[in-house]
Parts: sequence; C-alpha cells; structure tokens
Amino acid sequence: MSNTVITVRNISKRYMIGHQRQAANTGFRDVLSELPTKLWRRLRNPHYLGNDGEEIFWALKDIDFEVDEGTCLGIIGRNGAGKSTLLKVLSRITEPTTGRVTIRGRVASLLEVGTGFHPELTGRENIFLNGSILGMSRREVSRKFDEIIDFAGVERFLDTPVKRYSSGMYVRLAFAIAAHLEPEILIVDEVLAVGDARFQKKCLGKMESVGKEGKTVLFVSHNMAAVKTLCNRGMLLENGQMAFMGAAEEAVEQYLGASILDRKEIVWSGAEAPGNRYIGVESIAVRPLHGAVIDIESGIEFSVGFVNKEAGKKISCALRLYTLDGICLFATGVFLSSDDEGDAEPGRYSARCVFPPNLLNVGAYKIHLMFVQNRRELLFGLEEAIAFEVEHTVKTVGGHMTPAQGLIRPKLDWTWQVSQEGS
Amino acid sequence: MSTGTEKQNSTVIEAGRSIRHYWKDIWRYRELFYVLSWRDIAVRYKQTAIGVAWAVIRPLVTMVVLTVIFGHFAKLPSEGDAPYAIMVYAAMLPWHFFANSLSQSSFSLVNNPNLITKVYFPRMIIPASTVFTNLVDFLISFAVLLLLMAYYRYVPSLRFLLLPAFLFFALLSSFGVGLFFTALNVKYRDLRFVVPFVVQLGLYASPVAYSSTIIPEHYRFVYSLNPMVGVIDGFRWAILGGESEIYWPGFLTSAAVTLLFLLLGVHFFRKVERTFADVI
Repeated sequence: MSNTVITVRNISKRYMIGHQRQAANTGFRDVLSELPTKLWRRLRNPHYLGNDGEEIFWALKDIDFEVDEGTCLGIIGRNGAGKSTLLKVLSRITEPTTGRVTIRGRVASLLEVGTGFHPELTGRENIFLNGSILGMSRREVSRKFDEIIDFAGVERFLDTPVKRYSSGMYVRLAFAIAAHLEPEILIVDEVLAVGDARFQKKCLGKMESVGKEGKTVLFVSHNMAAVKTLCNRGMLLENGQMAFMGAAEEAVEQYLGASILDRKEIVWSGAEAPGNRYIGVESIAVRPLHGAVIDIESGIEFSVGFVNKEAGKKISCALRLYTLDGICLFATGVFLSSDDEGDAEPGRYSARCVFPPNLLNVGAYKIHLMFVQNRRELLFGLEEAIAFEVEHTVKTVGGHMTPAQGLIRPKLDWTWQVSQEGS
Repeated sequence: MSTGTEKQNSTVIEAGRSIRHYWKDIWRYRELFYVLSWRDIAVRYKQTAIGVAWAVIRPLVTMVVLTVIFGHFAKLPSEGDAPYAIMVYAAMLPWHFFANSLSQSSFSLVNNPNLITKVYFPRMIIPASTVFTNLVDFLISFAVLLLLMAYYRYVPSLRFLLLPAFLFFALLSSFGVGLFFTALNVKYRDLRFVVPFVVQLGLYASPVAYSSTIIPEHYRFVYSLNPMVGVIDGFRWAILGGESEIYWPGFLTSAAVTLLFLLLGVHFFRKVERTFADVI
C-alpha cells in the first residue's frame, strides 16, 4: 500500500501580464472603452483571445511529483522560479490553470508570519485570532495557550497591543502560534527569513521535531544549510519547471551549481578573458601543494595570471574564500609593488598564494578574485572565479582521518598528564 | 492509492472545478465567522473614550433628527396612532443594519488582502462575518427601541414576536447584495464610489422617514422592487401593530427580489472566488 499523501499531476499556472494598464486600477470606464477595439479585432480574427497587450507568463509548467507520508521536501530555486506559486496552489489559495492535485490529510500553510494579526489587538487576542485563521478551533488554542506563550517568550507583554511589540517579538509570537498547529501536512514558505539567529534556530528545531513526528513537510527556503539539515527530498524549480527531484543534498548541489567544481584550472584566450580596461584575467588555477589531490593535509596553491593594462596605479591582488553556501572564511591579498608605495607597471603578471596544510576542512569552496586600487577602490572583481573541493586525507595506516566539525581544521597542540592516580 | 478510505480525507484541487466540499468547509471553519466579527468589534472600540455608547448614540440621534424634520416640519403622517418617533425608529433599525452590512461587506474582501493571499478558508466567511458584526449593533439598537417604547408607554401587539423573521429577511438581502458587490469590487475598484451612492439613494427610496402608505397605488410595484421596502414594512407591522397594514403584494415582491439577489450573489461570488488571490 502506498503512503502517498500528495499527488501532483501536470500542474501549470498561467498569469496574464497586462502592459497597457495597471490591473489594480481597473474601472468600468477602461473596460468599456476597450470593448469596441476588442470587438473589432475579434470580428477580423475569430481566434483573437481578447488579450491585447497582455503577455502570457507561465509561473508553473507541467509540475508532476508525489510526496510520501513523513517526507520533508525542500523546494528550492531562484527568485521567480515558481516556488511560492506552487505553495499557493497546494494551499488552495490560487487555482491551477491545468492539472490536478490530490492531498490526503489536513493541511496547514504558513506562507507569512502573523497573517491576520491586527496591530490594535493585544498579544492574547491576536493569538486567538491568528490561531483561528490558521485553522485551529478556539478550544485547541486555549489548550495550547501556555505552550505558545512559552515558545514565544512574550508573557510580560500579553496584554499590550501588538503594535507596540518589537519586530522580533512580533515574529516570535507569530511563529509560536503557527508552530503549534497540528496538521498532517505542513507547508512553510521562507518564514525563516525573518528573525534573528536565535529565532531561526528555534524555528529549525521545531520544524525538525515536526518532521520526527512523522508529519509531511513542504519547505521553501533560500537557506541551503537549513534545507540540507531538515529535508530528505529536494525539488529544484527553474523558471516554473521541475529541474530536479530527488535527494535533498543533490538538489542543493545542483542549485549551487556544482558544475563549477569541475574546473580547477581555467585558461582564457585573449578576447574572452574576463576583465575591463584596467585588468584582464588570463588564467586561474587551484592545485594541491603536495601530492595529486587537494585534501586536508595537502596544502593548496592558488595562482592567477593577469594583465595590468594601465600605468600609474597602486594595485593589490586579493581573494576571498567562501564555502559554496556563501560563508566567507577569509580575505587575503598582496600589494603589487616592491616597496609599499609604488605603482604597478603595465604588463603581464602572475600571482601565487599558498594556503597552508591543515587549514581547511573537508568541503567545497569557491574563490572571489579582486583587484583593488589604493587599498579601497575595486578595479575589477571576478566572483566565483574558481571552485575546488577539499577531500578527506587518506592515511596509509588506519584509513581516513576522522571527520570533524567546522570550516577550518587546524592542527593544534594538546598536552595532557595524569594529575592523580587511583579512583 | 487503491483503497476507498482515502476518499474521506482527500482533497482534490483541479482547474475549473468547484471544490465539492465548499459547504462542508464553511462548516469546518464556522468559528471564523465569530472570530472575524469579534475582531472588527474589538478593534472598533479600542482606544475610544465612549466606546460602545456609539452604537446607541448613532441611531438615537438620527431618529431625533428625522422625527423633527419629517415629523414636525414636513408633517408627514405617522402610521395609525403610534408616535412618529417610534415609526421612524422601527424603520431605522433594519435600515441601519442593511446599510452598514452592505457597505462593510462590499469592501470586506479588499480590506483583508492578506487573508485572501496567504491563507485558505472559504472566502464567503469574510463578508458574512461583517453581517454578523452588524447583528451585534442591531441588538444594541434594539435595546434602545425597548427603552423608547417604555418612554412612550407604548405596548406592542403579539406581532412583535414575528420580528426575528423580518430580521432574517433583512439579513438575507444585505448578504445577497453584499456578496455581489464585494466580488465585483475585487476586480473593479469603481465600487468604492458606487456603494455609498446606492446606500444614500436607498435611504430615500425606502420608507425610513415616511410611511409606505404615501406611495400612490400605481407606483407600488416598482417601489416594492426595493427589498428593504418589504423589510421595513414588516418591521413596522410587527412593532406598531394595530392599524399598521402590510401591503402583501409589495411584500412578496420584495421577498422575491431578495431571494433573487441572494442566489445571484452566491453564484457570482463562487464563480469569481477562485480568481481573488490573483487579482486583489
């Protein structure tokens, strides 16, 4: 017996984008004045749809997938890919243009924090209001009232109007209410984007426990770390279509463009060389310092060959190292002159930077390359210039090094001694 | 998915398909009627000095003004021998209920865009809850009527007990027309001018300040197409008793128009409901 709770078949959503008038200000007058034109066009061409000046925009096209009970599905993609639209269709807020969705179980959608919150009402009143709007009965809300307050941490301010709350309190209260819904299927849209780090941790923790209870969760987020931690399945949406559906980690990798990991040495010929009138980059390479493979103990050599096109500039060549998720580890650079003051002459240069062994931990990284003038002004920047992976080091005795947490993996000195014998 | 037990809990979303369990959903979300109208009432009186007293002052003052202008100065006749004030008030009660319900429900959707674009529940609950809110106001004003009758030492006949039936009539007519307007308003924002205008016109076309008896016979039918004519005549008949008569053909016309508006309103609303989130 299959445990499919959500079945999506051939879902598409079409919007008409009007170029002639603002849809929000449609009045009878506009409709009436356009009527003769439309009628005339229709007489001349029977297939005319009457959508003059309007463009068809497919927010979703041919979406087809199934979700089993207890899955946490992460839906990722660029802005405008169709993620929120898909959630709206599944939440019955907007109707699909084609296709069919079958859902088994009670659905609760969290598309916004604090839906229906009224600023004039107190926290206590808003809890009942919002809880009711989200689908909880008043009895349910009363039952969970104390838990909600506890989660949100706003006990002292329960009877103040919500318009006096700080944005943090507001968001905590809103999420606390939603967190205590008990649906079989939970749909969450980027609500983690609001709130401070502590709040985000709390949200993630709650969503994790919801998943552990065997509920089905659909989760849209731009926070790849969260998606990888919480979700077991992932769907990548691109321009309204499913680009990938499978394991969450693979979906994230595909989104981040794992393909840039393949190129560890790039050479550009003349005209294609990235650059501007000041700088032209001709080659970049990332190589292990020792051995054939970049791993924890090999050390890394970064080299770049470039052309300085203009004279009379105090130029530094610099790079910033990032994880693929976008966390910056460090920035480093060198001043291109034999003394600290001089200008860099025009000409071809090659620069080399060595990352020592036992610095970076296992993972994927990317480099942003920058050329800076006078220590401040960016002459030319090349984002995501090159990427590489640091692998586990294989020891000849005993296999791999033990995996450890952290972005960096320094080799530090420990000493120990026995301070007292016996027990 | 082969067993039949899934059918019970299954929701199917499809293009162009009216959700079969819409009415079941309305029942499931029934508490929202109460919660949303409670919200409107609570908000209305927050940070006000006189608070709930406004609900009493408004009808009272209007009645005084109408009595003075139409009763004393224009010397329009009252019905039977009931005091003019009570005749006016008996009409104002349902009229205010209708006018407010209509105005508020017409804009209810547009005033709650977040509820429409971010959460699902049957959208009909939104205009319905504004009608609910006005019911509360009605009850307060009704208490004032009782005080008024006590003041004039006026004892109504047994017909008074039929009042709830006419109230229901008023409720249906404001809801029906309100649904229609609010669905239209989502797409065509002209309505923010049309509705107040219709309400103002309605005040004169309805027997609020005068009695239906002054309408000449041959205009009676057209006059009765206004659903509030039936409602107000009914209210007067129930409250004033005695010689107040209902013109039954007129009453039935109004009732029929009300029913028509209700059916049209519901049908139209359901048809465009699925586009609300895209258009609002």
